[in-house]
Amino acid sequence: MLGEGIIKGLSETARNFLGSFVSKERLTTVQFPEERLPRAESSRNFPFLVFDGDDWQQGLRCVSCQICEKECPPQCIHIVKSKDKKMDAAGKPQFYPEVFDIDVSVCMSCQICVEVCPFDAIKMDNEFELSTEDRFGGLLFNKQQLAKSNTYYHQIHPLEAAQVDAALAEERAKAEAKAKAAAEAKAKAAATAASGGAAEK
Amino acid sequence: MTETVDQIFVIFKHWIVMHVPAPWQTLVSLLVSVLPILAVFPGLFAITTILERKGLGRIQNRYGPNRVGPWGILQPLADGVKALIKEDIVPRSADKLVHFLAPLVIVMAAFLAYSVLPFGRNMVLTNLDAGVLFYFAVSSLTELGVFMAGWSSRNKYSLLGAMRAIAQMISYEMPLILSAVPVLMVAGTLSTVSIVEQQTAHTAGIAHWNVFTPWGFAGFILFMISSLAETNRSPFDLPEGESEIIAGYYIEYSGFKFALFFLGEYLGMFAISGLAITLFLGGWSAPFAFLSWIPSYVWFFAKLLMMIMGFIWIRGTMPRLRMDQLMNFAWKFMLPMALLNLVNTGLWRFLPTGITRWIVCSLVVGIPYVLLGRGLMHGKKLENRVYSFAE
Repeated sequence: MLGEGIIKGLSETARNFLGSFVSKERLTTVQFPEERLPRAESSRNFPFLVFDGDDWQQGLRCVSCQICEKECPPQCIHIVKSKDKKMDAAGKPQFYPEVFDIDVSVCMSCQICVEVCPFDAIKMDNEFELSTEDRFGGLLFNKQQLAKSNTYYHQIHPLEAAQVDAALAEERAKAEAKAKAAAEAKAKAAATAASGGAAEK
Repeated sequence: MTETVDQIFVIFKHWIVMHVPAPWQTLVSLLVSVLPILAVFPGLFAITTILERKGLGRIQNRYGPNRVGPWGILQPLADGVKALIKEDIVPRSADKLVHFLAPLVIVMAAFLAYSVLPFGRNMVLTNLDAGVLFYFAVSSLTELGVFMAGWSSRNKYSLLGAMRAIAQMISYEMPLILSAVPVLMVAGTLSTVSIVEQQTAHTAGIAHWNVFTPWGFAGFILFMISSLAETNRSPFDLPEGESEIIAGYYIEYSGFKFALFFLGEYLGMFAISGLAITLFLGGWSAPFAFLSWIPSYVWFFAKLLMMIMGFIWIRGTMPRLRMDQLMNFAWKFMLPMALLNLVNTGLWRFLPTGITRWIVCSLVVGIPYVLLGRGLMHGKKLENRVYSFAE
């Protein structure tokens, strides 16, 4: 009969209306600024520079190779390479970036800088509340603003950070073993050379 | 005491007029009657916007606006400020004068309609002998405003919206008026005040509201459906059609003129609800004798709020009709039913009182309702749509 569907629909909406006052599960809206959902591990928004240890200037992994600057599709990274070298975390003298700026308003969150970085120095952040009152200066992040600790990286991307740390540790161990082997070989060669020379004489 | 509370506004008005020098009395009396209407109904509009947004939100399991003030109750204020400080853009190729006049015509037509509605006992602006006729004459001015807006904007969407509005409003004006005629037949008068007074009598504690009779009930339903269409409310909001023609006839309006359109639309809704209350729901009278101590204006506004709630509920339930469905419904269902209801009222008037009259009159509207409903559905299969790629 005509009107049956309308009655059915009206009762359905009435049920929803009343139900939303009774059961909290119906109201799925997250009241954003007050309530926040945890961000997914894979979420990403904007790159940051990882540093090891506590001092951001000392521990910065970036060696200013400028690959990310060259690869960045929208060209939002600006790096000035240092003239001198500083000790890095592994105790090796390296160049470091004197200036490292990223323009947030230009960055397109493509993650290409992260893919190309050979030192795991640049990673994606998931901070999204970046609004500012100054649309030029406020959106151009400098080295200090970009530098975030490895602990923070572990917080936002736990799985990925653990993998990166493991890979870095392995590499470092390999390098150490290699250095050790090289040193041993050198010492042996020196020893044989010395003994051989002595025998000949 | 009850009498004083009931008549408090009337007494207050007389008191003010008494303290004014004689040559000014007419003017002051007019102002004192008109100003409350100009204040109360836009205020009701503000309340309704927040109630509607909240109610629709709840129907869709959302909270609705809750940012401005506690529970978002100051939202209308924020909306009003926003509308006032926005830029008022007039298209370069628009007909400037008509573009300017259209919102004014709509709001004025809506306000004029209130002049014949009795809000309480002795609370009516003018007791016209042809009150109902005046109401219909004035309320159809809205169509003019809508078409002025659509035509003067010089925009394809607005013109489409205006054409839809004209087609819809003219089609539904007929069932609207025809469904009101039975009341006039029984009451024997066009004066809104006398129509209400005839409904205030009680039998066995139940008031003689027109809606409590078979013809009155049918008339009320028909009247409400047509009034939905007349006021461009969902499911008959084709002239606006946000998803198809963006905003229809008021697409080119911004700032306060846009707010005026909204105001006009809601005022029209309140006015037509007020008329429905006057004609069918006993105006300011109480439904049961033991409740008659509640002041008359409280009854009127309580009924008005109930009607508004109904409008919101229907808006939250039904999707928009298609143009052909709209027209089919108007001409193949509403009009025949309204005409039949006229005959039915005649039968009711001349049959002897008793249970037979109830049965006969119920059947006279009930059977055609079922048959016409079948006719409307003829050849149309309603079934759950099967999607081949989705799901």
